[in-house]
Amino acid sequence: MTQSNRIPGGQIDRARSLSFTFDGVTYQGHPGDTLASALLANGQRLMGRSFKYHRPRGPISAGSEEPNALVELRGGARREPNTRATVVELFDGLSAESQNRWPSLKFDAMAVNDRLSNFFAAGFYYKTFMWPKAFWEKLYEPIIRRAAGLGSLSREEDPDQYDKGFLHCDLLIIGAGPAGLMAALTAGRAGARVILADEDFRMGGRLNAETHEVGGLAGADWAAQAVAELRSMANVRLMPRTTIIGAMDHGIYAAVERVSDHLPVPLPGKPRQILWRIYSRRAILAGGATERPIAFENNDRPGILLAGSLRAYANRWGVAVGRRVAVFTNNDDGLRTASDLKAKGLEVRVIDARKGEEVVDTAGRLGLSSVTIRSGGRTETFACEALAVSGGWNPNVNIASHHRGRPVWNDAIAAFVPGQGDIPGLEAAGAAAGRFSTRAALETGAAAAEGALADLGRSAPARDLPTAEDGPYAITPKWYVGGGKGRAWIDQQNDVTLKDVKLAHQENYTSVEHLKRYTTLGMATDQGKTGNVLGLAVMASLTGKSIPQTGTTVYRPPYTPVAMGTLAGRSRGQEFKPKRLTPSHKWASEQGAVFVEVGQWLRAQWLPRAGETQWRESVDREVLATRKSVGICDVTTLGKIDIQGTDAGAFLDKVYANTFSTLAVGKCRYGLMLREDGIVYDDGTTARLGQNEYVMTTTTANAVLVFRNLEYARQCLYPDMDVQLISTTEAWAQFSVAGPNARKLLQKLVDQDISDAELPYMGCREITVCGGLRARIFRISFSGELAYEIAVPTRYGDALIRELVEQGREFDAVVYGTEALGVMRVEKGHVAGNELNGQSTALNMGLGKMVSKKKDSIGMVLSQREGMNDPNGYRLVGVKPVDPAQKLTAGSHFLEKGAAPVIANDLGWLTSVVYSPHLGCSIALGYLKKGDERRGQRLRAANLLAGAEVEVEIVSPHFFDPEGERLRG
Amino acid sequence: MAEHRLKPLCPLGGTSPARASIGPVTLTEVVDVALASVSARLGRTAEVAASAAAAGIPLPGPGRFEARAPFAAFWLSPESWMVEAPFATHEDSRAALLPVFGDAASITEQTDAWVRIDVTGEGLPALFERLCNVDLATAPEGAATRTILEHMGVYVVKRGAAQVSVIGARSSAAALWHALETAAHSVF
Amino acid sequence: MIINHPILGPRDSQEFVYLGDAALIDRPDGLAEGALDTFHDYLYLRDNPAGLHRELWYHEQGDRSWLVVTRNTLTHEITQVELARDVARARGRSK
Repeated sequence: MTQSNRIPGGQIDRARSLSFTFDGVTYQGHPGDTLASALLANGQRLMGRSFKYHRPRGPISAGSEEPNALVELRGGARREPNTRATVVELFDGLSAESQNRWPSLKFDAMAVNDRLSNFFAAGFYYKTFMWPKAFWEKLYEPIIRRAAGLGSLSREEDPDQYDKGFLHCDLLIIGAGPAGLMAALTAGRAGARVILADEDFRMGGRLNAETHEVGGLAGADWAAQAVAELRSMANVRLMPRTTIIGAMDHGIYAAVERVSDHLPVPLPGKPRQILWRIYSRRAILAGGATERPIAFENNDRPGILLAGSLRAYANRWGVAVGRRVAVFTNNDDGLRTASDLKAKGLEVRVIDARKGEEVVDTAGRLGLSSVTIRSGGRTETFACEALAVSGGWNPNVNIASHHRGRPVWNDAIAAFVPGQGDIPGLEAAGAAAGRFSTRAALETGAAAAEGALADLGRSAPARDLPTAEDGPYAITPKWYVGGGKGRAWIDQQNDVTLKDVKLAHQENYTSVEHLKRYTTLGMATDQGKTGNVLGLAVMASLTGKSIPQTGTTVYRPPYTPVAMGTLAGRSRGQEFKPKRLTPSHKWASEQGAVFVEVGQWLRAQWLPRAGETQWRESVDREVLATRKSVGICDVTTLGKIDIQGTDAGAFLDKVYANTFSTLAVGKCRYGLMLREDGIVYDDGTTARLGQNEYVMTTTTANAVLVFRNLEYARQCLYPDMDVQLISTTEAWAQFSVAGPNARKLLQKLVDQDISDAELPYMGCREITVCGGLRARIFRISFSGELAYEIAVPTRYGDALIRELVEQGREFDAVVYGTEALGVMRVEKGHVAGNELNGQSTALNMGLGKMVSKKKDSIGMVLSQREGMNDPNGYRLVGVKPVDPAQKLTAGSHFLEKGAAPVIANDLGWLTSVVYSPHLGCSIALGYLKKGDERRGQRLRAANLLAGAEVEVEIVSPHFFDPEGERLRG
Repeated sequence: MAEHRLKPLCPLGGTSPARASIGPVTLTEVVDVALASVSARLGRTAEVAASAAAAGIPLPGPGRFEARAPFAAFWLSPESWMVEAPFATHEDSRAALLPVFGDAASITEQTDAWVRIDVTGEGLPALFERLCNVDLATAPEGAATRTILEHMGVYVVKRGAAQVSVIGARSSAAALWHALETAAHSVF
Repeated sequence: MIINHPILGPRDSQEFVYLGDAALIDRPDGLAEGALDTFHDYLYLRDNPAGLHRELWYHEQGDRSWLVVTRNTLTHEITQVELARDVARARGRSK
């Protein structure tokens, strides 16, 4: 294909050609082209089909505001739907497909919708598909969704990497047009730390698209010179291909940098995009303005563009959309398009709304072929391939309204401008502030930078503005051409027409928020950048109110669409969260352990031996071997908090429901921690290592939260207590050694005597092991066995587990995982995560007596509330199936025999279920109403979801060694 | 050091410290430093300061790190510091500091709670801007702060223009190393 | 958001954990007469102002200070940041 519409000039590198495909057809373009400019250069005006009516569409713009020219870019896993062809930087080998058409872009079967358009007006779906209700989800919505819509996802995993990053600056400048460049030069020359970001790959903004001179140079050349000067400054960071997507609080801005989108694929190890968090002290919004259309019949044909965009294609990209061009404008800027195109040798005809001339219709099925105009009551049709439309320019107020600031209407330019101080520290300049001449842009850019420098305590250099055009911008509002029978588009992306807005008005959806939701005006990927103000103006004219009285649309972040992968960054898949490894991880991996995620931790769940194929075989073996002889388990993940200070004991009395100040040195005690509302929060053992020194253990899950609460109590509630806290979870590798031979095994390692007399139940000591290594030993038990926990500095954790296993051979010692740990704690009736469910009290758990009422501890008072002490309330029970062959299911609910399975008859539920190899059947813990009075009763445990129902016997939760003789042995 | 029979592992799981060079930067796992936290007991800040001064232990102000051989320290929280000393001579770090501070401070051994990865070389600001919110370019030498890096809480200590320590939880040493390595590949 | 930490200067709010109304500092005496009622009010009755709000933030990924932050809930403007410990003492809390 030839570039038949390429004309001289522009900032493209004609010396090099790039090959690309669109819908399978190969075309040529040049470096500096966008996909849209290259397609237009090749005479391809048709680029997509509309959302609802499947109308043939081409680009109306040359920038990120584009509603129509959305394509699927790239293929395979990298396919990216809804990419605006107007901002895609051309690269060699680029491939794109049009979307929302079948079977082809030129012949789209769904275009039948266009013929049926009378049925598809605003509110059509709401009115038509109301009945029957159940059909909506299953029938209507899927059909509608298939027919309407945008591009489709690849459904494959995104192969690219996305980074996040943090930048700091004195001054962030958003947009590198004349205002932004002048601001950057001013602040950069003053030595301020400046970031200049622009969504375009070429800095300069409109200067690249205009023919007028700046400082005696072509505008684009002046911009290039300014960029070169800025690049030479170490204190200035230029960020092309970077969109500021949102203004967050206190000077933080979010930015997306497209690092690799202009390459076929990212370089190895490099990100495709970076989501930057920019910390700025001051910011300047120099994001320019967006042109808006005028609504007239059939104003959506390929070849009808915004006037400034048509001019940009000619001036920046050397592209004539058509050789014969009509220009329909209500302002002076549209005339600039006419003169620029004339100068390029194109045939141009101006229709000036200010002279009473207007476009009333157009023709051309897949692209504009003629325009019908009316002037002085006379209509005339003439042939042309391009129509430039200018309804005026809207300053890009988007970013300035991210804090809910309301833009302010400015009659002189018939547009909204950013409100003063809408975002603290942000000042608008240039076209974004409604100052449209180049001179005004340079001037306000410099002034905004000077203001920022003054705020930053820096002196600005003497103002040195280049000469530039300062032409007037005279506009007479003209929003739409009335009177016709056909459709006139306001929002092309959502197929919202003049009629739809009229219908919304008729049906009293006149508030701007209702208008948006009723018609979908301003939704989807372009968020109404070209259509919103027009829709508002139409509604204003219908209601007879002014535009500011009618309302405004407040924009939310992001400024332009952002890929989900960019927001996720590296936090996906295996890297979703960091992994924490236990000290025995290396050893356990060598053993082929099966690991389970517990928060961020990876813990051995069980350690299969050769020949074991079922997890239960491993778990049963680990439990039985532990109960028979000795088992070893890595319990390092439990939170450990070092608590020191002369008030450490008194402090513990505040945060635990039971008393710790009376604990003897060298002793441990089980502690119960409540929330202030009286519900149990956490539990664990706390040891007193010295007069003023305790070490607390928490559950694995709550380690961070308990520490936070302790700091809260220390700083906010008891600020004069002498207590110091620091986490030691990671500092010590801690192993549980449990079973009848636990002492015998440990004595082989421990250098001191740990006989029952020297280290009785609940005792703790600082010891040495293996010939002198500092260690700690705690005689505590979670399994119900004679058990110890032994801790060594973490670097020796790996060596210690190997030593324990080696020395344990003579006892047939096993290492057990979290499953066996769970089995043994249920057998022993200890509460854990499933029972500490954020709803249960100490009384529910059978631990009511632990809450001391003699002292004021957190949660003590409210735990005494009547409702929490209901004698008919839940109590922890043990549960066995009457028929030992039957399996229990966690979550099953207790019912009396014969009672219907309804809420009113619900007596409680099974919290934890395990298979006890010791008892040879499934056992459970559960919360049962009046549970402590029901020992020996038979009930049903029903799980309606699983369709299971088992007759159960209520027993003591202490299935195993209820008197605790073993652990004291 | 007692002559026991157990062999230690480095936080990253090796028998010797890990090291990798990517572009202009080098990552090095540092294991020859013992750590202990020192927190002044209530109302005894002056005593702690005096004892530290007499023993030659620096106790820098908020956000600061200071080295005075053989000791070094960085600020943790109000009236609380992390003291560094050579591992070879101060392996039992708490025992080493107890005689200095007596009961005026709470001292806790912290050596094995952490992994320290030193990042050295040119262009560190370019690397760290992909990692955390620390403004390394303007941070003075001796700046020390805690922040978040890829969901992990870390201390970032700028020991010099070309040497930054990242000190994170020992259990997530591999995740931290991976984060630093990936970012370095991404930047350089 | 940026919280101007009284000791460390401006810090990103990502490093903090939010708790809520700083009135939580005024915890009643659990052993006093009528404690059940005062605790009920303390725990469950809070102001939820549209405007200035004094609230507790914890610098969890920082120096572990609890702060009292005065923030305008309508604009997110932060007008004052104090160490919660100082506030607690000023409000008569001790041991």
